[in-house]
Amino acid sequence: MLIRPKEGILDPQGKAVERALPALGFEGVEHVRVGRMVELEAEDPERLGELCEKLLANPLIEDYEIERLDGAA
Amino acid sequence: MRWGVLQFPGSCDERDALHACSLLGEARLVWHEERDLDGIDAVVVPGGFSYGDYLRAGAIARFSPAMEAVAEFAAAGGSVLGICNGFQVLCEAHLLPGALLLNEHTRFTCRQLDLTPVDGPKSARIPRISAHRPTLSVPAKHGEGRYFAPDGVLDALEANGQIAYRYAPGQNPNGSARDIAGVCNEAGNVLGLMPHPEHAVDPLTGSTDGLRVFEAVAAAGVPA
Amino acid sequence: MTVEVAKHRELGLTDAEFELIVEKLGREPNDVELAMFSLLWSEHCAYKHSRKLLRRLPTEGERVVMGPGENAGAVDIGNGYAIAFKVESHNHPSAVEPLQGAATGVGGILRDVFALGARPIAILDSLRFGELDSLRSRHLLDGAVRGIGHYGNSIGVANVGGEIYFEAPYEHNCLVNAMCVGIAQTKDMVRAAAAGVGNAVVLMGASTGRDGIGGASVLASAELGEGDEAKRPTVQIGDPFEESKLLECCLELLEKGLLVSLQDLGAAGLTSSAGEMASAGSVGIDLDVARVPLREADMEPFEIMVSESQERMLGVVEPAKVAEVLAVCEKWQTGAAEIGVVTSTGRVRVLRGEEVVGEMPVEALVDGCPLYDLSPAAPEGWIYGNRATLDPGASAEKTLLALLASPSIASKRWAFEQYDSVVGSRTVRRPESADAAVLQVPEADNAIAVSIDGNGRRVACDPHAGTVEAVLECVQNLACVGAEPLGLTNCLNFGNPEKPVPAWQLDQAVSALAEACGALGIPVVGGNVSLYNEGPEGPIYPTPVVGMVGELPDPARTCGSAFAREGDAIGLLGPFSPTLAGSELAKLRGELGSGLPQPDIATTAAACATLREAVRAGMLSSAHDISDGGLACALAESAIAGGLGCSIDLQPLRERGCSPEEALFGEGPGGFLLSGSRATLEELGATPLGKVGGTTIEIAAGDRSFTVGVGAAASAWVSLGARFEADPI
Repeated sequence: MLIRPKEGILDPQGKAVERALPALGFEGVEHVRVGRMVELEAEDPERLGELCEKLLANPLIEDYEIERLDGAA
Repeated sequence: MRWGVLQFPGSCDERDALHACSLLGEARLVWHEERDLDGIDAVVVPGGFSYGDYLRAGAIARFSPAMEAVAEFAAAGGSVLGICNGFQVLCEAHLLPGALLLNEHTRFTCRQLDLTPVDGPKSARIPRISAHRPTLSVPAKHGEGRYFAPDGVLDALEANGQIAYRYAPGQNPNGSARDIAGVCNEAGNVLGLMPHPEHAVDPLTGSTDGLRVFEAVAAAGVPA
Repeated sequence: MTVEVAKHRELGLTDAEFELIVEKLGREPNDVELAMFSLLWSEHCAYKHSRKLLRRLPTEGERVVMGPGENAGAVDIGNGYAIAFKVESHNHPSAVEPLQGAATGVGGILRDVFALGARPIAILDSLRFGELDSLRSRHLLDGAVRGIGHYGNSIGVANVGGEIYFEAPYEHNCLVNAMCVGIAQTKDMVRAAAAGVGNAVVLMGASTGRDGIGGASVLASAELGEGDEAKRPTVQIGDPFEESKLLECCLELLEKGLLVSLQDLGAAGLTSSAGEMASAGSVGIDLDVARVPLREADMEPFEIMVSESQERMLGVVEPAKVAEVLAVCEKWQTGAAEIGVVTSTGRVRVLRGEEVVGEMPVEALVDGCPLYDLSPAAPEGWIYGNRATLDPGASAEKTLLALLASPSIASKRWAFEQYDSVVGSRTVRRPESADAAVLQVPEADNAIAVSIDGNGRRVACDPHAGTVEAVLECVQNLACVGAEPLGLTNCLNFGNPEKPVPAWQLDQAVSALAEACGALGIPVVGGNVSLYNEGPEGPIYPTPVVGMVGELPDPARTCGSAFAREGDAIGLLGPFSPTLAGSELAKLRGELGSGLPQPDIATTAAACATLREAVRAGMLSSAHDISDGGLACALAESAIAGGLGCSIDLQPLRERGCSPEEALFGEGPGGFLLSGSRATLEELGATPLGKVGGTTIEIAAGDRSFTVGVGAAASAWVSLGARFEADPI
């Protein structure tokens, strides 16, 4: 699951990263958003959305995406 | 007045909250696995780093048995005060509106500051305390205290008198929307704030203004 | 991994040490044994270059409850309570990964204190970095401050004070020293010695992974140079949540009387904690690595024995109480496993199930390491660089503003606001509101004051005088809040002791520490040594960091450093006789050199006693020790803090033989700046200097007289945070 701040919500971590990049020679990078990734193995992938809504993400401030990795069960 | 102060793994300020409550009545710790709030007149969800603040501050503590009991207690009209991490837990539990995000400058900040109590409706169970002094001097200390709610929600909170405290002008330490430091629920029996009134109950450690927050919760009394 | 014979060198053992191990074992050590010996015979664990020197330190006193050799020292605070405290370094890990290095430094020192059964109530830290304009220094500063905050804030222990200096010799080798103070009921305190043959050895806390494998010998006992990046994987990761649970769990176990002894797992992990527990108790220990809860399944026995995974403690438990211990651990959701037993063999045996994979006499392992004599030689003159950054022709006003803005003198608000200084409801004096932090101790109906000090630059100028000054500075800071020293802890941060100059610095400093503590009657109850602090350009400034705990009878009768009342008289107390040698101004002008005047310990001690009594009697409005940047900076700090100006005439210092410049900016021990009623200052024998009032700092100092606004001084003094944030790393 990829969880990141909703569009329009101030993301200070993203801003801090963005601000540090030019000094390291990375020009032209913008709209940095820092989120988090949760890896798990689930028997019932159907319920993962509910899992995100309830615990992993706070729907008020965060969006999530669920990606199923091939090779997993 | 009998107070219950929740204790989660990772709580830090529960003993300080217990001490503050004991100045106004009897007080005991409520272990996070307890469900029994019998005999408790008001609940404090204290500050700290419950469950290490992992995932999101307050996100895991809200699922504890004690918090399930607090939700029922609040629904029945019981007075609940959430301080700092406790405020975050109450928001995560949807007992209070909004969310607390990483401070705008990304740093944890510990600072004595002034809070402006905001007048609320007469119907609010926990009375507001603006009458005598315009501000309260209390410390704030947190890394994730930037209050956020969508604009429509903020407008509604203001219209309903649910904003309980604002940071005094120029003292917003975290970038909170509209300088909001504390809010209550619609019924006015659940109050949460980021600053720490329990650390302002002793003149030797800086201020006694925090007592007035506890007094207000006590004044809400016991629901019928 | 196979440990070959030549591996001993890679593990930091000399050929002679290896031969000695073979002799003591009567055979060549196997992999497990060699790994364990290499760690316990490292400088970090064996103190092989410093132990002989440390025997000089006075360690006894009426109030000492626990002294060196325990996890931390402790002093009696009355009413059946003791204050435990210790300072420890985490320099090399912080230089590699500052956030985790500093965080785990805090975690480690907390465990040392709660291992005694004391609840930690305060953290202080002493940090050294290269100059602030270096990108590396900013990165290290930012990481270290975040790391200290992350760990201490999360665990709920107030961070009440400390110091940060910025000096070029720390560029490659920063210093991160953390001090923890705790409180315990003396009757409940526990020692680290294993006892009771047949008792169970229980490992509590986090599971064991590959963190910090080889950390103690590779990270802590070798100079840093090229390729620091490659050392990153051995850095330990801290988990304050785990520690918070472990702390509460251990205190509950001790309160219930369920533990015979307790020891934290620090450098060298299970190897050192089991070895030292066995040694202290004159017993043996059998450990079964197959019963150690692992984070990675395929770990070798030697990896398990030397892992430095954080948040672990080792307890000795009577067999009948093991079940109860495991239940308490379960309540706190902290891991616990019975991994061994106390034996009468006098040997440490490492088993994997039934198989013995290592067996060594405790004596050889823990106390068998040869102790070395140093070959000290004084350097010829000043061996460190010194780049001028201030025009010697600058006006006195400009000079004062430059000093106030100098990162080592400037307000550290930016840093200490990132730490929780109020949790625990004890903090009566917060950072920068007084010269020492004051914590109330309702348990004993009194209060303690704590301070941590050590100006490495002055020790570099003169290791003897500079070290005496570090002790005096601490005593003076305590006197300003009305506290009398009870005990001292120290962290000796020096360069490579196998080289003559660092050896000389260390030798001189330890002698000076012994002399000062002896003269002042302050016992040294614990400490830590961090050697090999060098970078490509040479050793760090020799930096003995001194932490002190003092007692004051009434937390309501203490004193701040801020001017408090318009019209108060200002006076100078003590044998203050400043010179520019080794001063911040000499540094800014590029004029540093060897040599400092020798401090007058007895007269300074007498002034401290006078001040202490005056503060306790509530006679003074403010008291401030004159330190970095001299009298002018001390005046400015009291004025800025109080929002009140002052007018001063430095003629009395001129009469002590000081030039205007020395009177303004010269440094030296033994000076206090006091404010209060004229009659009070007269009664104390303070030299009148002027009075409090107005909005400017007005100083008459011959041809260097000047006036500066309190606001302008404040802007310079609070500039550190803005300077850091304006150009972040």
